[in-house]
Amino acid sequence: MSTELVLQYLVAGLTYGTIYAVVGVGFNIIYNATGIINFAQGEFVMLGGMTAVTLHGLVPLPLAIAGAVLVTMAVGALIEVTFIRWLQRPSVLRMIIITIGISIMIREAALLLWGESVRALPYFTGNEVSSLSLGGVHVSPQVLWSLAACLVIVAFLRVFFRHTAAGRQMRACAANRDAAALCGVPTRNLVTLSFVLSAGIGALAGCVVSPITYTSYGIGAGLAIKGFTVAILGGLGNSTAAVAAGFIVGVLESLSVSLLPAAYKDAISVTILLAILFVRPSGIFGSAEVARLEAR
Amino acid sequence: MPASRLARIGLFAAAVVAVQLATQLAGKGFLLTQLTMSAYYTLVALGLSLLMGYAGQISLGHAAFFAIGGYATGLLTTVDLAARRGGGLVHALERAHVLVPRPDLYGGEALSVHPWAALAAALALAVAVAFAIGIPVLKLKGHYLAMATLGFGTIVTSVLLGTEALGAADGIGGVPPFPLAGGLAVGGGRTARIANYYVAWGLVALALLLLANLVESRVGRALRAIHGAEDAARAMGVDAGRYKLRTFVLSAALAAVGGVFLTHYDASIGPGEAGIMKSVRYVAIVAVGGMGSLWGTVATSAVLSFLSLRGTFGTLDDAVFGAVLVLVMLFSPEGILRLDGRAALAAIAGRLRRTEARP
Amino acid sequence: MTALLDVRGVSKRFGGVQALKDVSFRVEKGTVKALIGPNGAGKTTLFDVVSGFAAPDAGAVLFRGAPIEGAPPHRVAGLGLSRTFQHIRLFAGMTALENVMVGRHPRSRAGFLAGMLHPPWTWREEREIEDRAREALDFLAIPELAGAVATSLSYGQQRAVELARALASEPELLLLDEPAAGLNMRETVELAKLVGRIRERGITILVVEHDMGLVMNVSDEVVVLSYGEKIADAAPRAVQQDPEVVRVYLGEDGC
Repeated sequence: MSTELVLQYLVAGLTYGTIYAVVGVGFNIIYNATGIINFAQGEFVMLGGMTAVTLHGLVPLPLAIAGAVLVTMAVGALIEVTFIRWLQRPSVLRMIIITIGISIMIREAALLLWGESVRALPYFTGNEVSSLSLGGVHVSPQVLWSLAACLVIVAFLRVFFRHTAAGRQMRACAANRDAAALCGVPTRNLVTLSFVLSAGIGALAGCVVSPITYTSYGIGAGLAIKGFTVAILGGLGNSTAAVAAGFIVGVLESLSVSLLPAAYKDAISVTILLAILFVRPSGIFGSAEVARLEAR
Repeated sequence: MPASRLARIGLFAAAVVAVQLATQLAGKGFLLTQLTMSAYYTLVALGLSLLMGYAGQISLGHAAFFAIGGYATGLLTTVDLAARRGGGLVHALERAHVLVPRPDLYGGEALSVHPWAALAAALALAVAVAFAIGIPVLKLKGHYLAMATLGFGTIVTSVLLGTEALGAADGIGGVPPFPLAGGLAVGGGRTARIANYYVAWGLVALALLLLANLVESRVGRALRAIHGAEDAARAMGVDAGRYKLRTFVLSAALAAVGGVFLTHYDASIGPGEAGIMKSVRYVAIVAVGGMGSLWGTVATSAVLSFLSLRGTFGTLDDAVFGAVLVLVMLFSPEGILRLDGRAALAAIAGRLRRTEARP
Repeated sequence: MTALLDVRGVSKRFGGVQALKDVSFRVEKGTVKALIGPNGAGKTTLFDVVSGFAAPDAGAVLFRGAPIEGAPPHRVAGLGLSRTFQHIRLFAGMTALENVMVGRHPRSRAGFLAGMLHPPWTWREEREIEDRAREALDFLAIPELAGAVATSLSYGQQRAVELARALASEPELLLLDEPAAGLNMRETVELAKLVGRIRERGITILVVEHDMGLVMNVSDEVVVLSYGEKIADAAPRAVQQDPEVVRVYLGEDGC
């Protein structure tokens, strides 16, 4: 296999890796704030892309994207307020099942709204044949947009969690929810905020990669599983590791196409997931003790 | 057998007969088709009810076992080895009646596996896979177990969809009927509709009986003990790991049986039967029926599967099960052990009172 | 003569803490041995090692002369060793009788197939299991609680059920983890009498306790642990007067 081909696969892997990384980070934000694993994470990506396409018919692209992000954030808040808010100390397992149910309902609603059609936003710059030549590899400018978006998201989150009051409070919540509540941290609102944040970044990622990967009503579930794989691989709760893990999974998946029939591509990330769960559930960067304790 | 169980079985039998007669009187015999299919789906739900309600283990990928059973029998009974008749193994198998001739679509004669042999093979495969998956997966707890089973279901679906030899997106068709005794067979279209209906629900009754026995037995107690306080169960001599694994395998076997017979009844099977949507349905049905209640599961499965097959929910089919799942999980008490009717109503009432009390 | 239980040089480390360090003692058949020590001395860890819930880093545990260290709990139970827990662990959702019937598990054998098919020999076995379970409840003087949901009983009653459950398998060695915890004076006196009656049945007992009165009353020998090490192993009177033991107990802050 020529180096050029490998690099092409790498680039494809990085593109998809962006989404996986963002979904993984989204999982972690909610997990850190609430201990919940939100299976509906993948739906946020889908909603972002689909809403943007619809809005684009009415307003210019940047507004469409901004609008889509806002709408999805609202959906995130709605989910939290309707289903999550008034539960008392639910078990993680129960929450996974509930969020699976929620993701199904969102998916079906999307099916009703948009049908089965596959959509895509237009390329932000250029079109599907334009490409930049980087070191002999042909890279679509959209890939660069994706990576840039991912970087922006990561940078924004970093600033948010370190330098804003709300962000610091969320970290306190993650460390010890009861203690945070006792210190007057508005834990309930922060939970809503965590959903809103996750929804927002998921939607943005969905918009940015949709020209390349296309969007349709049913992509959420697969993304959720892959995002979960990423989150676990990096160690549940560890957002920086999730980004790295996202790219690792994306690239592995992409490279697998050279070995196995393309139809098995989706099974690759799941196999990675099972391998991690069986061998080292704490992920590459997590600590084994914590994973054992958490799983109880 | 306790009198109450005898009474329940009697009631069950009466209900089954009553429904059949009702459809006959109303001239709606065609409803029996969907009712029969519901029975086979109910077998899956029963196994899952044992796994989730008694052993306390969740499986979000159980539809995969249904599909494994169905595809195994579908493949084996539609394969054509006539061209290989000269070979030693094929010849030996034909002499042993494992391979039997059957008419193919073009008026010729194909050589395929006898449905009974295919059933045995399908069960063996499902059991083997369940052991292979179960050993590592059951060591995981809570949400890791859930995601692992979900992952397993996804892999099976991907493989089924992506493999040409397995029919890819179209699945397998032309599956012959499954011969029982005395001319009776599972499958075979309209003329055999009533007989098939009774066979299917008879199978459900049999499964119910076996599982009800199990639940009352020493093993059933051990399972409930594991679910109640696993360490204490171990200290009392219960090999928790082994019991959980066997329960998992048993539930997988039941699902596979459902898959085998539905495939013969429908004369086909497709990759949709393996997917997460189906698995979620089974979980929803078990959750609503009461995780510890075999009878509740049968009733819920019969109703919901039938309605779904009738198309009552239209395009919102998946959404309904999703919503059902969410509602049950929201309102049920935390330790989803045995959600009996009274407890459920009391829990809901308590929740509502508390929500009202909050300003 | 081989002791029923022979603990030899057992050490166990948890992360940074040396929970047990080279602990050795024997329990002779038919006796009652108490295991005492301040909190954190390693008593429950020792129980966990003996009953199979933890494997020692070093050392051996011999039961009837055969090594059992590292064997899983269910196998140890099958060999004739039964235990109770510090915090009551009854099976939720089951009646007291059912709880005790599970205790009979090592002495019965109906498996999955037998459970489903329910052949005649299982009817006899089920009857026997239930009879023995009721006997155990009788022994604990709580036959009337058989049909009650176990977790709905009072604390003292739950303790009794747990004990009945541990006795149902007719163990040779019974490990009691703080059986008097949470009991009032009267109940503790009853417990002392009960221990005597269990011993009369030929069951050997190893008991972890904080209640000194009970310990002095019922035990033949006492082992004292402190920070994971054995500091005394003798008759109750002698241990009571051992200066090291006195120092460890009275020199402790807020025990």
